[in-house]
Amino acid sequence: MAHEHKLEIFRGLWKFKSNTQKIWGVLVFLTFVTAIEVVLGIYKPEVLMGQVLGMKGLNWIFIFLTIVKAYYITWDFMHMRDETKALRRMVVWTGVFLICYLVFILLQEGGYIESVYSDGFIKHDF
Amino acid sequence: MNTTVATTGTEGKTWGGGSQPLKASYGKMMMWFFIVSDALTFSAFLAAYGFSRFKFIDSWPIADEVFTHVPFFHGNYPMIYVAFMTFILIMSSVTMVLAVDAGHHMKQKAVTWYMFLTVIGGLIFVGSQAWEWNTFIKGEYGAVQTKGGNILQFGEYVDVDGEQKFKRVAVADFVKGGHGERTQHQSKNGIWYVSEGILPEYTVEEVYNGLAAHENVLVRNQILNEEGEKTVLSREESLKQIKDNGTLVVHGANLKVNEYGSPLFADFFFFITGFHGFHVFSGVVINIIIFFNVILGTYEKRKNYEMVEKVGLYWHFVDLVWVFVFTFFYLV
Repeated sequence: MAHEHKLEIFRGLWKFKSNTQKIWGVLVFLTFVTAIEVVLGIYKPEVLMGQVLGMKGLNWIFIFLTIVKAYYITWDFMHMRDETKALRRMVVWTGVFLICYLVFILLQEGGYIESVYSDGFIKHDF
Repeated sequence: MNTTVATTGTEGKTWGGGSQPLKASYGKMMMWFFIVSDALTFSAFLAAYGFSRFKFIDSWPIADEVFTHVPFFHGNYPMIYVAFMTFILIMSSVTMVLAVDAGHHMKQKAVTWYMFLTVIGGLIFVGSQAWEWNTFIKGEYGAVQTKGGNILQFGEYVDVDGEQKFKRVAVADFVKGGHGERTQHQSKNGIWYVSEGILPEYTVEEVYNGLAAHENVLVRNQILNEEGEKTVLSREESLKQIKDNGTLVVHGANLKVNEYGSPLFADFFFFITGFHGFHVFSGVVINIIIFFNVILGTYEKRKNYEMVEKVGLYWHFVDLVWVFVFTFFYLV
Protein backbone atom coordinates (compact mmCIF):
# COMPACT_ATOMS: atom_id res chain seq x y z
CA MET A 1 0.00 0.00 0.00
CA ALA A 2 1.47 3.25 -1.03
CA HIS A 3 0.69 6.03 1.36
CA GLU A 4 2.51 9.14 0.51
CA HIS A 5 2.84 11.85 3.09
CA LYS A 6 4.11 15.30 2.56
CA LEU A 7 6.96 15.47 5.00
CA GLU A 8 7.49 19.15 5.54
CA ILE A 9 5.79 21.77 7.68
CA PHE A 10 6.06 25.58 7.83
CA ARG A 11 6.10 25.70 4.02
CA GLY A 12 9.18 23.56 3.79
CA LEU A 13 11.13 25.26 6.57
CA TRP A 14 11.08 22.11 8.65
CA LYS A 15 11.57 18.85 6.75
CA PHE A 16 11.27 15.36 8.19
CA LYS A 17 12.70 12.04 7.13
CA SER A 18 9.67 9.94 7.96
CA ASN A 19 6.00 10.35 8.85
CA THR A 20 6.67 9.23 12.43
CA GLN A 21 9.27 11.95 12.82
CA LYS A 22 6.87 14.52 11.47
CA ILE A 23 4.26 13.48 14.04
CA TRP A 24 6.70 14.04 16.91
CA GLY A 25 7.76 17.33 15.38
CA VAL A 26 4.16 18.51 15.27
CA LEU A 27 3.69 17.40 18.88
CA VAL A 28 6.68 19.51 19.92
CA PHE A 29 5.24 22.49 18.08
CA LEU A 30 1.72 22.07 19.54
CA THR A 31 3.11 21.70 23.06
CA PHE A 32 5.19 24.82 22.55
CA VAL A 33 2.14 26.82 21.41
CA THR A 34 0.07 25.55 24.36
CA ALA A 35 2.90 26.50 26.73
CA ILE A 36 2.92 30.03 25.32
CA GLU A 37 -0.84 30.25 25.82
CA VAL A 38 -0.62 29.05 29.42
CA VAL A 39 2.23 31.43 30.30
CA LEU A 40 0.39 34.38 28.73
CA GLY A 41 -2.81 33.28 30.51
CA ILE A 42 -1.12 33.20 33.91
CA TYR A 43 0.95 36.38 33.68
CA LYS A 44 -1.35 38.45 31.45
CA PRO A 45 1.29 41.01 30.38
CA GLU A 46 0.03 44.57 30.84
CA VAL A 47 1.12 45.57 27.30
CA LEU A 48 -1.33 43.16 25.70
CA MET A 49 -4.36 44.19 27.73
CA GLY A 50 -5.31 47.16 25.55
CA GLN A 51 -8.49 47.07 23.49
CA VAL A 52 -8.04 46.00 19.87
CA LEU A 53 -11.14 45.69 17.67
CA GLY A 54 -13.52 45.42 20.61
CA MET A 55 -11.52 42.85 22.52
CA LYS A 56 -8.38 42.70 24.62
CA GLY A 57 -5.28 42.32 22.46
CA LEU A 58 -4.35 39.23 24.44
CA ASN A 59 -7.63 37.54 23.50
CA TRP A 60 -6.85 38.02 19.81
CA ILE A 61 -3.46 36.40 20.38
CA PHE A 62 -5.18 33.45 22.07
CA ILE A 63 -7.64 33.06 19.20
CA PHE A 64 -4.84 33.26 16.65
CA LEU A 65 -2.76 30.64 18.47
CA THR A 66 -5.83 28.39 18.73
CA ILE A 67 -6.36 28.54 14.99
CA VAL A 68 -2.68 27.77 14.45
CA LYS A 69 -3.05 24.69 16.63
CA ALA A 70 -6.26 23.68 14.86
CA TYR A 71 -4.44 23.99 11.52
CA TYR A 72 -1.65 21.61 12.50
CA ILE A 73 -4.03 19.10 14.10
CA THR A 74 -6.15 19.00 10.96
CA TRP A 75 -3.30 19.16 8.46
CA ASP A 76 -0.86 16.71 10.03
CA PHE A 77 -2.81 14.52 12.45
CA MET A 78 -5.91 14.22 10.29
CA HIS A 79 -3.70 14.11 7.15
CA MET A 80 -5.54 16.94 5.46
CA ARG A 81 -2.18 17.89 3.92
CA ASP A 82 -2.28 14.67 1.90
CA GLU A 83 -5.90 14.94 0.69
CA THR A 84 -6.88 16.47 -2.63
CA LYS A 85 -7.26 20.20 -2.84
CA ALA A 86 -11.00 19.89 -3.49
CA LEU A 87 -11.69 17.83 -0.36
CA ARG A 88 -9.60 20.24 1.68
CA ARG A 89 -11.54 23.24 0.44
CA MET A 90 -14.92 21.58 0.83
CA VAL A 91 -14.27 20.84 4.49
CA VAL A 92 -12.44 24.03 5.44
CA TRP A 93 -14.39 26.69 3.59
CA THR A 94 -17.80 25.30 4.52
CA GLY A 95 -16.81 25.41 8.15
CA VAL A 96 -15.00 28.73 8.04
CA PHE A 97 -17.76 30.54 6.18
CA LEU A 98 -20.68 29.28 8.28
CA ILE A 99 -18.84 29.66 11.58
CA CYS A 100 -17.72 33.22 10.83
CA TYR A 101 -21.28 34.14 9.93
CA LEU A 102 -22.77 32.56 13.04
CA VAL A 103 -20.18 34.03 15.38
CA PHE A 104 -20.56 37.49 13.90
CA ILE A 105 -24.36 37.47 14.17
CA LEU A 106 -24.43 36.19 17.74
CA LEU A 107 -21.66 38.37 19.11
CA GLN A 108 -23.07 41.45 17.43
CA GLU A 109 -26.46 40.77 18.97
CA GLY A 110 -24.96 40.00 22.38
CA GLY A 111 -23.10 43.30 22.29
CA TYR A 112 -26.28 45.11 21.33
CA ILE A 113 -28.24 43.64 24.25
CA GLU A 114 -25.39 44.56 26.60
CA SER A 115 -25.56 48.16 25.42
CA VAL A 116 -29.33 48.16 25.95
CA TYR A 117 -28.78 46.97 29.52
CA SER A 118 -26.16 49.57 30.29
CA ASP A 119 -27.51 52.59 28.38
CA GLY A 120 -31.18 52.32 29.18
CA PHE A 121 -33.97 50.49 27.51
CA ILE A 122 -33.51 51.87 24.03
CA LYS A 123 -30.23 51.96 22.17
CA HIS A 124 -31.27 53.04 18.68
CA ASP A 125 -34.55 54.88 18.36
CA PHE A 126 -35.44 54.36 14.73
CA MET B 1 -20.59 -15.82 -16.92
CA ASN B 2 -18.68 -13.17 -18.78
CA THR B 3 -21.05 -13.23 -21.67
CA THR B 4 -24.00 -12.16 -19.50
CA VAL B 5 -22.33 -8.96 -18.32
CA ALA B 6 -22.76 -6.08 -20.69
CA THR B 7 -19.70 -3.98 -21.26
CA THR B 8 -20.58 -0.34 -21.41
CA GLY B 9 -17.33 1.03 -22.63
CA THR B 10 -16.98 3.25 -19.60
CA GLU B 11 -14.62 1.02 -17.64
CA GLY B 12 -11.69 2.93 -16.30
CA LYS B 13 -13.29 6.26 -17.04
CA THR B 14 -14.20 8.79 -14.36
CA TRP B 15 -17.91 7.97 -14.38
CA GLY B 16 -17.43 4.30 -15.09
CA GLY B 17 -17.84 3.35 -11.45
CA GLY B 18 -15.24 2.05 -9.07
CA SER B 19 -13.34 5.30 -8.84
CA GLN B 20 -13.16 7.28 -5.65
CA PRO B 21 -14.26 10.89 -5.84
CA LEU B 22 -11.64 13.22 -4.36
CA LYS B 23 -9.40 10.16 -4.01
CA ALA B 24 -10.91 9.47 -0.61
CA SER B 25 -12.65 6.23 0.25
CA TYR B 26 -16.36 6.24 1.04
CA GLY B 27 -15.80 5.70 4.74
CA LYS B 28 -13.27 8.46 5.11
CA MET B 29 -15.41 10.88 3.15
CA MET B 30 -18.44 10.15 5.34
CA MET B 31 -16.29 10.70 8.41
CA TRP B 32 -15.35 14.11 7.03
CA PHE B 33 -19.01 14.88 6.42
CA PHE B 34 -19.79 14.00 10.02
CA ILE B 35 -16.85 16.02 11.31
CA VAL B 36 -17.92 19.13 9.41
CA SER B 37 -21.46 18.92 10.76
CA ASP B 38 -20.27 18.20 14.29
CA ALA B 39 -17.85 21.13 14.04
CA LEU B 40 -20.79 23.36 13.17
CA THR B 41 -22.71 22.03 16.18
CA PHE B 42 -19.83 22.79 18.52
CA SER B 43 -19.26 26.22 17.06
CA ALA B 44 -22.95 26.98 17.53
CA PHE B 45 -22.60 26.12 21.22
CA LEU B 46 -19.47 28.20 21.59
CA ALA B 47 -21.04 31.10 19.68
CA ALA B 48 -24.05 30.91 22.03
CA TYR B 49 -21.61 31.06 24.93
CA GLY B 50 -20.05 34.12 23.32
CA PHE B 51 -23.50 35.67 22.93
CA SER B 52 -24.27 35.31 26.64
CA ARG B 53 -20.84 36.49 27.58
CA PHE B 54 -21.06 39.60 25.42
CA LYS B 55 -24.47 40.24 26.92
CA PHE B 56 -22.96 40.29 30.43
CA ILE B 57 -19.49 41.42 29.38
CA ASP B 58 -18.98 43.64 32.44
CA SER B 59 -19.99 41.03 35.02
CA TRP B 60 -18.86 37.67 33.61
CA PRO B 61 -16.95 35.39 36.02
CA ILE B 62 -13.16 35.36 35.66
CA ALA B 63 -12.13 31.81 34.68
CA ASP B 64 -8.77 32.16 36.44
CA GLU B 65 -10.63 32.58 39.73
CA VAL B 66 -12.99 29.68 39.09
CA PHE B 67 -10.68 26.88 37.96
CA THR B 68 -7.74 27.16 40.31
CA HIS B 69 -7.38 23.65 41.65
CA VAL B 70 -4.94 20.86 40.97
CA PRO B 71 -5.60 17.41 42.45
CA PHE B 72 -3.47 16.55 45.52
CA PHE B 73 -2.18 20.12 45.77
CA HIS B 74 -3.44 22.94 47.91
CA GLY B 75 -3.26 26.50 46.78
CA ASN B 76 -4.10 28.66 43.86
CA TYR B 77 -2.90 27.34 40.50
CA PRO B 78 -5.08 28.67 37.69
CA MET B 79 -4.67 27.03 34.27
CA ILE B 80 -2.16 24.39 35.30
CA TYR B 81 -4.58 21.48 35.42
CA VAL B 82 -6.42 22.31 32.19
CA ALA B 83 -3.07 22.73 30.49
CA PHE B 84 -2.23 19.24 31.68
CA MET B 85 -5.57 17.94 30.32
CA THR B 86 -4.88 19.61 26.97
CA PHE B 87 -1.49 18.01 26.82
CA ILE B 88 -2.92 14.57 27.63
CA LEU B 89 -5.44 14.88 24.82
CA ILE B 90 -2.85 16.08 22.30
CA MET B 91 -0.60 13.23 23.43
CA SER B 92 -3.35 10.67 22.85
CA SER B 93 -3.88 12.23 19.44
CA VAL B 94 -0.22 11.58 18.74
CA THR B 95 -0.44 7.91 19.75
CA MET B 96 -3.53 7.64 17.55
CA VAL B 97 -1.77 9.04 14.50
CA LEU B 98 1.16 6.72 15.24
CA ALA B 99 -1.32 3.83 15.27
CA VAL B 100 -2.61 4.93 11.87
CA ASP B 101 0.96 5.13 10.58
CA ALA B 102 1.78 1.67 11.94
CA GLY B 103 -1.41 0.43 10.27
CA HIS B 104 -0.18 1.67 6.91
CA HIS B 105 2.87 -0.51 7.39
CA MET B 106 0.69 -3.45 8.51
CA LYS B 107 2.42 -3.70 11.89
CA GLN B 108 -0.24 -5.34 14.04
CA LYS B 109 1.77 -5.29 17.29
CA ALA B 110 2.56 -1.59 17.02
CA VAL B 111 -1.05 -0.67 16.20
CA THR B 112 -2.20 -2.65 19.25
CA TRP B 113 0.16 -0.78 21.57
CA TYR B 114 -0.62 2.64 20.16
CA MET B 115 -4.38 2.00 20.35
CA PHE B 116 -3.94 0.91 23.96
CA LEU B 117 -2.06 4.12 24.83
CA THR B 118 -4.73 6.19 23.05
CA VAL B 119 -7.46 4.58 25.15
CA ILE B 120 -5.47 5.23 28.34
CA GLY B 121 -5.01 8.90 27.36
CA GLY B 122 -8.74 9.23 26.71
CA LEU B 123 -9.57 7.71 30.07
CA ILE B 124 -7.19 10.05 31.92
CA PHE B 125 -8.84 12.97 30.16
CA VAL B 126 -12.41 11.89 30.99
CA GLY B 127 -11.33 11.26 34.58
CA SER B 128 -9.81 14.73 34.82
CA GLN B 129 -12.97 16.19 33.38
CA ALA B 130 -15.03 14.41 36.05
CA TRP B 131 -12.72 15.74 38.75
CA GLU B 132 -13.00 19.26 37.33
CA TRP B 133 -16.81 19.04 37.36
CA ASN B 134 -16.79 17.71 40.89
CA THR B 135 -14.62 20.58 42.12
CA PHE B 136 -16.78 23.12 40.34
CA ILE B 137 -20.05 21.66 41.68
CA LYS B 138 -18.73 21.54 45.24
CA GLY B 139 -17.51 25.12 45.07
CA GLU B 140 -15.02 26.74 47.36
CA TYR B 141 -15.92 29.91 49.25
CA GLY B 142 -19.68 30.20 49.04
CA ALA B 143 -21.55 33.40 48.27
CA VAL B 144 -24.85 35.21 48.71
CA GLN B 145 -27.31 35.52 45.86
CA THR B 146 -29.36 38.71 45.62
CA LYS B 147 -32.98 39.26 44.66
CA GLY B 148 -31.88 40.10 41.11
CA GLY B 149 -29.86 36.89 40.83
CA ASN B 150 -26.48 38.57 41.25
CA ILE B 151 -23.72 37.11 43.36
CA LEU B 152 -22.05 38.77 46.35
CA GLN B 153 -18.75 37.23 47.41
CA PHE B 154 -16.62 37.84 50.49
CA GLY B 155 -13.01 38.66 51.09
CA GLU B 156 -10.58 40.84 52.98
CA TYR B 157 -7.55 42.97 52.24
CA VAL B 158 -4.31 41.35 53.27
CA ASP B 159 -0.74 42.53 53.11
CA VAL B 160 1.25 40.64 50.47
CA ASP B 161 4.83 41.92 50.13
CA GLY B 162 3.80 45.39 51.20
CA GLU B 163 0.92 45.43 48.74
CA GLN B 164 -2.75 45.44 49.70
CA LYS B 165 -4.39 42.47 48.01
CA PHE B 166 -7.97 41.33 48.13
CA LYS B 167 -8.14 37.74 49.30
CA ARG B 168 -11.32 35.67 49.24
CA VAL B 169 -12.81 34.49 52.52
CA ALA B 170 -15.08 31.47 52.76
CA VAL B 171 -18.55 32.03 54.18
CA ALA B 172 -17.94 29.23 56.68
CA ASP B 173 -14.93 31.13 58.09
CA PHE B 174 -16.86 34.06 59.48
CA VAL B 175 -20.45 32.89 59.84
CA LYS B 176 -21.77 30.92 62.76
CA GLY B 177 -24.54 28.57 61.72
CA GLY B 178 -27.54 28.35 64.01
CA HIS B 179 -29.46 25.60 62.31
CA GLY B 180 -32.64 24.39 63.87
CA GLU B 181 -35.18 26.94 62.73
CA ARG B 182 -36.11 24.89 59.68
CA THR B 183 -35.55 21.32 58.51
CA GLN B 184 -35.58 20.08 54.95
CA HIS B 185 -39.07 19.22 53.80
CA GLN B 186 -39.12 15.70 52.44
CA SER B 187 -41.91 13.97 50.60
CA LYS B 188 -42.26 11.36 53.34
CA ASN B 189 -43.30 14.06 55.83
CA GLY B 190 -46.15 15.47 53.84
CA ILE B 191 -47.80 15.09 50.50
CA TRP B 192 -45.75 12.57 48.49
CA TYR B 193 -45.13 14.82 45.54
CA VAL B 194 -43.95 17.81 47.54
CA SER B 195 -40.33 18.02 48.55
CA GLU B 196 -37.51 20.53 48.36
CA GLY B 197 -33.83 20.63 47.62
CA ILE B 198 -31.08 20.56 50.21
CA LEU B 199 -31.30 23.62 52.44
CA PRO B 200 -28.39 26.06 52.31
CA GLU B 201 -25.89 25.71 55.14
CA TYR B 202 -26.60 29.20 56.42
CA THR B 203 -29.40 31.70 56.25
CA VAL B 204 -28.78 35.20 54.93
CA GLU B 205 -29.53 36.48 58.45
CA GLU B 206 -26.65 34.43 59.86
CA VAL B 207 -24.33 35.68 57.12
CA TYR B 208 -25.29 39.27 57.96
CA ASN B 209 -24.57 38.72 61.65
CA GLY B 210 -21.25 37.11 60.82
CA LEU B 211 -20.33 39.98 58.52
CA ALA B 212 -21.28 42.54 61.15
CA ALA B 213 -19.09 40.76 63.71
CA HIS B 214 -16.00 40.64 61.45
CA GLU B 215 -14.77 44.17 60.78
CA ASN B 216 -12.24 43.20 58.10
CA VAL B 217 -14.56 41.22 55.80
CA LEU B 218 -15.85 43.03 52.74
CA VAL B 219 -18.29 42.17 49.98
CA ARG B 220 -17.45 42.25 46.31
CA ASN B 221 -20.02 42.21 43.56
CA GLN B 222 -19.89 40.92 39.98
CA ILE B 223 -19.12 44.18 38.23
CA LEU B 224 -15.69 44.24 36.58
CA ASN B 225 -13.77 47.48 37.10
CA GLU B 226 -11.30 49.07 34.71
CA GLU B 227 -8.49 46.76 35.79
CA GLY B 228 -10.69 43.78 34.95
CA GLU B 229 -11.19 42.89 38.61
CA LYS B 230 -14.43 42.51 40.53
CA THR B 231 -15.57 45.62 42.41
CA VAL B 232 -15.00 45.55 46.18
CA LEU B 233 -17.58 47.44 48.21
CA SER B 234 -16.97 49.61 51.26
CA ARG B 235 -17.77 48.28 54.70
CA GLU B 236 -21.12 50.14 55.01
CA GLU B 237 -22.13 49.27 51.48
CA SER B 238 -21.22 45.60 52.13
CA LEU B 239 -23.54 45.37 55.13
CA LYS B 240 -26.27 47.28 53.32
CA GLN B 241 -26.14 45.02 50.23
CA ILE B 242 -26.38 41.79 52.25
CA LYS B 243 -29.19 43.19 54.41
CA ASP B 244 -31.29 44.68 51.62
CA ASN B 245 -30.69 42.36 48.70
CA GLY B 246 -29.40 39.02 49.95
CA THR B 247 -31.89 36.19 49.50
CA LEU B 248 -30.00 32.92 49.39
CA VAL B 249 -26.66 31.51 50.50
CA VAL B 250 -25.16 29.46 47.69
CA HIS B 251 -22.21 27.11 47.76
CA GLY B 252 -20.83 25.63 44.56
CA ALA B 253 -22.49 25.60 41.19
CA ASN B 254 -25.32 23.81 39.49
CA LEU B 255 -27.75 24.62 36.69
CA LYS B 256 -29.70 27.07 38.86
CA VAL B 257 -27.16 28.86 41.01
CA ASN B 258 -23.46 29.52 40.72
CA GLU B 259 -21.36 30.93 43.54
CA TYR B 260 -18.80 32.24 41.02
CA GLY B 261 -21.21 34.59 39.25
CA SER B 262 -23.74 34.34 36.46
CA PRO B 263 -25.60 30.98 36.45
CA LEU B 264 -25.27 31.08 32.64
CA PHE B 265 -21.54 30.52 33.05
CA ALA B 266 -22.20 27.28 34.90
CA ASP B 267 -24.92 26.24 32.44
CA PHE B 268 -22.64 26.67 29.43
CA PHE B 269 -19.73 25.08 31.23
CA PHE B 270 -21.74 21.97 32.03
CA PHE B 271 -23.31 21.83 28.60
CA ILE B 272 -20.28 22.40 26.40
CA THR B 273 -17.66 20.51 28.40
CA GLY B 274 -20.31 17.84 29.01
CA PHE B 275 -21.03 17.49 25.31
CA HIS B 276 -17.32 17.37 24.59
CA GLY B 277 -16.75 14.90 27.43
CA PHE B 278 -19.46 12.71 25.94
CA HIS B 279 -17.63 12.80 22.60
CA VAL B 280 -14.43 11.76 24.35
CA PHE B 281 -16.30 8.99 26.15
CA SER B 282 -17.80 7.62 22.93
CA GLY B 283 -14.38 8.00 21.30
CA VAL B 284 -12.86 5.85 24.05
CA VAL B 285 -15.58 3.21 23.58
CA ILE B 286 -15.02 3.14 19.80
CA ASN B 287 -11.25 3.01 20.33
CA ILE B 288 -11.68 0.02 22.63
CA ILE B 289 -13.74 -1.78 19.99
CA ILE B 290 -11.08 -1.06 17.36
CA PHE B 291 -8.38 -2.13 19.82
CA PHE B 292 -9.99 -5.56 20.18
CA ASN B 293 -10.50 -5.81 16.42
CA VAL B 294 -6.79 -5.17 15.98
CA ILE B 295 -5.91 -7.86 18.52
CA LEU B 296 -8.28 -10.33 16.84
CA GLY B 297 -6.58 -9.64 13.53
CA THR B 298 -9.69 -8.38 11.75
CA TYR B 299 -7.69 -5.81 9.81
CA GLU B 300 -4.87 -8.25 9.08
CA LYS B 301 -7.45 -10.42 7.34
CA ARG B 302 -8.87 -7.39 5.57
CA LYS B 303 -5.33 -6.46 4.55
CA ASN B 304 -5.85 -2.83 5.45
CA TYR B 305 -6.15 -0.75 8.56
CA GLU B 306 -8.42 1.94 7.17
CA MET B 307 -10.86 1.50 10.05
CA VAL B 308 -8.15 2.71 12.44
CA GLU B 309 -7.71 5.73 10.21
CA LYS B 310 -11.41 6.60 10.22
CA VAL B 311 -11.71 6.29 13.98
CA GLY B 312 -8.50 8.28 14.18
CA LEU B 313 -10.15 11.12 12.30
CA TYR B 314 -12.91 11.22 14.90
CA TRP B 315 -10.42 11.10 17.75
CA HIS B 316 -8.37 13.99 16.35
CA PHE B 317 -11.56 15.95 15.90
CA VAL B 318 -12.33 15.56 19.60
CA ASP B 319 -8.87 16.94 20.31
CA LEU B 320 -9.49 19.78 17.86
CA VAL B 321 -12.71 20.77 19.61
CA TRP B 322 -10.97 20.71 22.98
CA VAL B 323 -8.38 23.19 21.70
CA PHE B 324 -11.25 25.63 21.11
CA VAL B 325 -13.10 24.86 24.35
CA PHE B 326 -9.82 25.40 26.20
CA THR B 327 -9.36 28.81 24.62
CA PHE B 328 -12.88 30.09 25.07
CA PHE B 329 -13.56 28.77 28.56
CA TYR B 330 -10.19 29.10 30.23
CA LEU B 331 -8.06 31.61 28.35
CA VAL B 332 -10.14 34.34 26.78
